[in-house]
This record gives sequence, C-alpha cells and structure tokens, in this order.
Amino acid sequence: MIVADKKPIDEVIETIKDYEKILLLGCNECVTVCEAGGKKEVEVLASALRMYFLNNGKKVSIEEKTLERQCDHEYLEEIRDVIDQYDAVLSLACGVGVQFTADKYLSTPVLPGVNTCFLGATEKRGVWTERCQACGKCILASTGGICPVSRCAKRVMNGPCGGSTNGKCELGPDTDCAWQLIINRLEAMGKMDEYEKLSPLKDWATDRAGGPRTVEREDIQS
Amino acid sequence: MKTEKSRLEKVLEKNFLAVTSECGPPRGSDPSEIIEKAELLKDHVDAINITDNQTAMTRMSSLAACIHVKQLGLEPVLQMVTRDRNRIALQSDVLGAASHGIKNVLCLSGDHQSFGDCKSGQNVHDIDSMQLVQTIRYMRDEGKFLGGDDIKVPPQMFVGAAANPFADPYEIRIPRLAKKVASGAEFIQTQCIYNLDKFEDWMKRVVDRGLHEKVHILAGMTPMKSAGMAKYMKNRVPGMDVPDELVKRLSDTPKEEQAQKGIDICIEDIQRLKEIDGLHGFHIMAIEWEEKVPEIVEKAGLYPRPSI
Repeated sequence: MIVADKKPIDEVIETIKDYEKILLLGCNECVTVCEAGGKKEVEVLASALRMYFLNNGKKVSIEEKTLERQCDHEYLEEIRDVIDQYDAVLSLACGVGVQFTADKYLSTPVLPGVNTCFLGATEKRGVWTERCQACGKCILASTGGICPVSRCAKRVMNGPCGGSTNGKCELGPDTDCAWQLIINRLEAMGKMDEYEKLSPLKDWATDRAGGPRTVEREDIQS
Repeated sequence: MKTEKSRLEKVLEKNFLAVTSECGPPRGSDPSEIIEKAELLKDHVDAINITDNQTAMTRMSSLAACIHVKQLGLEPVLQMVTRDRNRIALQSDVLGAASHGIKNVLCLSGDHQSFGDCKSGQNVHDIDSMQLVQTIRYMRDEGKFLGGDDIKVPPQMFVGAAANPFADPYEIRIPRLAKKVASGAEFIQTQCIYNLDKFEDWMKRVVDRGLHEKVHILAGMTPMKSAGMAKYMKNRVPGMDVPDELVKRLSDTPKEEQAQKGIDICIEDIQRLKEIDGLHGFHIMAIEWEEKVPEIVEKAGLYPRPSI
C-alpha cells in the first residue's frame, strides 16, 4: 500500500490559517490502513484544529468527510455539489488523492495534510517499512524476492557494497543490508550460484527517469 | 589511435610488485595542496589514486586534481564513484580523462551522501560500481558508447575496482571478487589490511579459485598514527577488521612513539605480505600523512621503483 505519515499540526495550521471554511477530506484506502488519513484521523485532526482556532479567537469552520477513494473520479464526484461552499480542502489522502482532487476542482485550493512516504507493508501496528519504488520493471525474480532498488541505500544491482556490516547497511544498525537479505534468501533456496550472475544495467525509462508514467490496458477499457 | 599502456599496467604485467598511494583533492580551488602531496610521493609510487569526493564531502573534482597530478609527470588513478553521476556523465568524464592522458580508473559506489556535507542531496546510482567497470571496458574494448554508437577514439583505460577481504557477508567474499573480475576489473585495491591472518586466508581462497591469474590484487595498507586511531578504526569504521593485538601493541607504546610504531608495523606487514602467493602489489593509503609514504616504501624494500 501507499504509506503516509501525518504532517506536524503546526505545519498544517500554517497552510490553512488564511482560510475560514475548510473541508477536511479523508480517504478510506491506504491512508486508513496506515492510520494517517482515514475517517478516524479526520475526526482527530478536525477536533484539534477547531480547538486551536477557538483558543486563538479565530472563526474557522472545519467540516469532515471521508471518501471511499480520492484516486477515483467516481468517488471524488461526491463532493462536486458542495465544493463551492469551502475556501479550501485539506486532504488527508496520499499525494495522488490531493492531486486528483486538485485536478477536478480547478479553483479550490487543495492542501496536503499528510506526507506520502513510500510503497510499503505493515510490520506491526505503528511500524511500516518500504518495499517498492515502483520502478516499472520488476527484477525480484533474480534477487531472491528482495528488492535492491527500494531497500539498498545505493540501489546497488550487484551488491553488497563495501559498507555492509553484520547484516546492516552502512547507514546504521537500524537498516538491514538488502544484499545480506538477498544472499540469505538465495542460500535458503539453494540458489547461491545465481549470485555470481552479473545484473545488467537497469533500464530506468520505466522509472521516474522516463517522465510521468501511464499504464494503458486496451483489453479492459470501455 | 593506440595509446601506450599506463605505467601501473606495465609494472604489473612485468610482474613487479606495484606500489600505489592515494591523495584527496583540496576543499577549495587552490591546487597547491594536491600538488604538494603528489610531490611527496613522486619517486616512490607507480601511480597515485585521486579520491572522488570521499566520505561524500564536497571537494575539487577527482578529474581536475588528476590533471594537476598528471602535469607534474606523475601517473594518476582516477577514482570514480557512481553516487554523483549518471551513465551520461560517467562516460563523458571517462572520455575527458582519456583526453588528458589519464589511463587508470578505479570504479567505486561511494560512501552514502548522509556521511558528508550535503546530507539532503539526491544520490544517483544509475549504475553500480561493477556496471561502471563493465561500461568502461565496453567503451575501451568495443569502442562504443552504452547507447551503441561508435566512439571515434575509444578511451584507453586500465580499469580497477575495490574489494574488502573482511566485508560481510562472509560467504560471498570470494564470489563477490569473482563477480568483479567477471565484470572486467583488471586490478583490485583492497580495503586496509590489519588482520593479516584473515587476509592470507582470503588470498589463499583467491588463488584456489585462480582469480589471481585474472586480476592484479594490490593490498591496501594504512599506517596507524596512534592507538586512538586504531581504536577508532576498530570500533567505528564499517567493514574494518583491526585485531586487539594491534591495538595493544600501539597502546603499550609511549604516546610520542606511537606514530613511528604505526609506521614500523605497516612496514613489517608489507614485508610479510610480499611473500604471499598471488599478491601483486601494495596500495599505501597514508591518510593526511603522505610524507611518510617514502619511508614505508623504502624500508619495506619496494624502492627504487622499476624504470619502465
């Protein structure tokens, strides 16, 4: 899923302080799972903001709504009839949701309430870790199912680099060395001979380097 | 155009033990510092590595510093890290280096930028160090750019890589070297060696696999300046293997004599390693202590350098 983290409330206040009628818009997908921008977080943030503005003698109205998805035209249409009632939308969706909302409602300021962090997994409640950078050309078949693009700080394709120590990255003991994990997997699967195959230069054209990307599936377009 | 091979390559080909050293470019635009350092090493080494923004601290570019060194009549080894440049810039700098008569290159991934002075900077890592070796070999041997176009005059580079005989994970120390050799590395400069027993064991396995016949291995040597440095290297520097016994030898030496002790130990170590089967030379990295390199080279019996 897309993992996001809450922005510090001071930063949120700074971005919305010039508006009087604000729609706080949550999303029921990834940001709900990672507890950064779902219905619950919308409620908590709305209360905190109301409290802040009340204490500061500022009249600000904050209304709450959480859509099924902010990355889908169908659900975003649900606010078309009410959007003009607001000076701004504070979206707690990921960067995709914020932009999709902004695309759709041209004259309304749409402000981000979370930082979109990465594509990751839930290790345990409150801990999420990165697993994918959406490079557009998956190489996991040749790296033991562990991704050096997203999990190696130098995205080394023929690793590890010289900084790997006791299974940890040169960045420090909190970061696993992706190549140690790859080697552990290759060993466990009895495929260490694959380690010596040189990885070809990666084609980054399908990554960010190639410019904004589009996936088109003619077979399912209506 | 066929250019002459580098001095380093010729020394190694003729089965002399090669001696290289290393200098860091200055953190400013005045080249006098690198020129002074290189002058100190001039008669005692076959080639001088010029580091590329080591520890991710911004410095004068390795290529510019190499040109200064080259102008003194010395032979530089251009270090290139894949952290800061993509494949366009790397290929371009290889051509630029070759145009200045620089004939040796060492391919590295580079320390992570979070250790340096631009922690908030982006890193590139378009290709990795082995792929850089492949790239330069391809440019030289096939006379082509990565994109497939012909290079009018291909760069004549002697291509090297680094290896850490003590690095984790243990099980791939030899396979990783084999992979570097397969990528096209012609010489290897190792991480600083303090644990000689372990290094000898690594070299034995290198020889068992026949890798010493495919690549020239130069043992990395860094003299300790003090017991404090030994402790720091032992505890703080990733991938470094400093035996307790070495720390003790330095600690047991009076403080004012520790520097000389460090030099003496380095000389002793070189003399021992000179006898190892398959080892082809020494890379002496006297960090900000270049003036000591001549003494080490002379006393280790590596002087005079062969005239080629």
